[in-house]
Amino acid sequence: MTHAAPRRSRLRSRGVAVLVATVSTLVVFGVIGWLIVNADGWATVQARFFDSARFDEALPRVFAGLLVNIGIFLIAAVCILVWALVLAVMRSLDDPVFFPIKLFAIIYIDLFRGLPSILIIYVLGFGIPALRLPGLTSDVYVWGIVSLVLVWSAYVAEVYRAGIQSVHPSQAAAARSLGLSGVKTFRYVVLPQAIRRVIPPLLNDMVGLQKDTALVSFLGPVEAFRRAQAMASADFNFTPYLASAMLFLMLTVPMARLVDWLVARDRKRYLAGAR
Amino acid sequence: MNAGGTPVSAGVPASAEVPVSAGVPVSASVSAQAPGLGGEALRIEGLRKSFGDHLVLDGIDLVVAEHEVVCLIGASGSGKSTLLRCVNLLEPIDSGRIVVQGAEITASGVDVDRIRRSIGIVFQAYNLFPHMSVIRNITLAPVKVLRLPKAEAEARAEELLRRFGLLDKRDAVPDRLSGGQQQRVAIVRALAMRPSILLLDEITSALDPVLVAEVLSVIRELAESGMTMVLATHEMGFARDIANRVAFLEGGRIIEEGPPGQIFSAPRDERTRRFLDRVIEAGRL
Ligand SMILES: Nc1ncnc2c1ncn2[C@@H]1O[C@H](COP(=O)(O)OP(=O)(O)O)[C@@H](O)[C@H]1O
Ligand SMILES: [Mg+2]
Repeated sequence: MTHAAPRRSRLRSRGVAVLVATVSTLVVFGVIGWLIVNADGWATVQARFFDSARFDEALPRVFAGLLVNIGIFLIAAVCILVWALVLAVMRSLDDPVFFPIKLFAIIYIDLFRGLPSILIIYVLGFGIPALRLPGLTSDVYVWGIVSLVLVWSAYVAEVYRAGIQSVHPSQAAAARSLGLSGVKTFRYVVLPQAIRRVIPPLLNDMVGLQKDTALVSFLGPVEAFRRAQAMASADFNFTPYLASAMLFLMLTVPMARLVDWLVARDRKRYLAGAR
Repeated sequence: MNAGGTPVSAGVPASAEVPVSAGVPVSASVSAQAPGLGGEALRIEGLRKSFGDHLVLDGIDLVVAEHEVVCLIGASGSGKSTLLRCVNLLEPIDSGRIVVQGAEITASGVDVDRIRRSIGIVFQAYNLFPHMSVIRNITLAPVKVLRLPKAEAEARAEELLRRFGLLDKRDAVPDRLSGGQQQRVAIVRALAMRPSILLLDEITSALDPVLVAEVLSVIRELAESGMTMVLATHEMGFARDIANRVAFLEGGRIIEEGPPGQIFSAPRDERTRRFLDRVIEAGRL
């Protein structure tokens, strides 16, 4: 309380700084906007991308497609979070007895991290139905989701593994010394600490996955991006893409904010704990 | 009140089925090292251990009687921690034998997890589980390993917490406790398994001097209640006070062992004398 006066003046100078920053940012964007709007090609671009009538018309249909996206995302996310954990555990096995399992996980992760998602989606989505194997579905949603799971589980497995490795071996030693088996030590002591530490990067990958659900559209299911594409190619107007982009951002930006918030909260906790 | 001086506590009736030392025959025939103490709790014979080509333990022989307190002293790197970790089977050994309560724990095919239940160890860095409250830290192993009902495990934990003045920290997370409190919780966590022997590895080395006393008083109480303990320590005054026997390690061997009075006042070996001179110089004795 004795420092009230200096604190107040510090607050005031902070307020001034924020004001200056805001005004200068607005000026810069205003100038850029003015330059764009006054450019020679603006009229064409405006007609092609920013046609407000078409935007209003496209939005509800693109939105319906977005619901399909969200469905794909949710199913894929659950499968990825589980399967990636299995992979990470397999990859972390150190006993020579389990070497073949570990090798499988290493090859799997290298392979699917090294290939672009769109390639897997094409190969599985068009290739497998073309084989006409009895008992295998040719549902493109299914193969789209399978592709996303294959690719993203490789990334997420590495995130999990980093978390597992970040738990100090003395934690496992303490658990084992109490008589907990290796499995119980992992389950109750190592894994909970590992997951807690990797929640932010895990959510980051989920943002990436959400974007990648648009790729499934190349197989044919009607989702947001595909709807936009269909409408755009019908009359060479790209405004529906803009509607699609906007809806994607409405999903991914809040997720990104959530990640940032979690990181900040974790950091605060960490600093408090390290006192 | 029972600190686990006997492996299966008679004081708490419900714990009769706790298989702390089940299947481990207590050998009564082996003569105890120190007269007046119980049977043999721990026997180490010809223990050798190396990391790569660095021989760290070079033929250790040590016998600890029930209710005995043995202090391991020696410079940093002399192998004290490694010796304790070997007894808890946290490190594989190269050769030699370790016998706990009459059963050879280094024999091939033994159930390592079962053996570890009856050997408690407390580390220098406490190693509490940071994602669990104090009570969960203590009850985890009794519930998941001994399969005690949760309520019973908690009652047992609370009794220990009360005994060591920590009951108000029951639901705290380890990060919020002082080093001394964390180390006492770590001791309680080990005791909750009712071990037949407790290994303590420089448990006060990471603590501020003012916090050392509260941890040492816990150890003192355990010693008085008859707990068998082997402790590696730099607290020479405390070792002299509490130990039935002191063993001096250097270069992976026990150079000299004997009652604290003799070791500290009239060391027979030149190397022991040199070590103690250095300790006195550093003002730690
Ligand atoms: N995990 C390990 N890997 C390699 N060397 C080790 C390991 N643990 C201990 N050592 C070595 O073994 C020797 C004895 O260490 P330690 O048992 O910790 O001694 P003390 O507890 O008496 O200080 C030291 O030289 C140390 O460097
Ligand atoms: Mg040590």
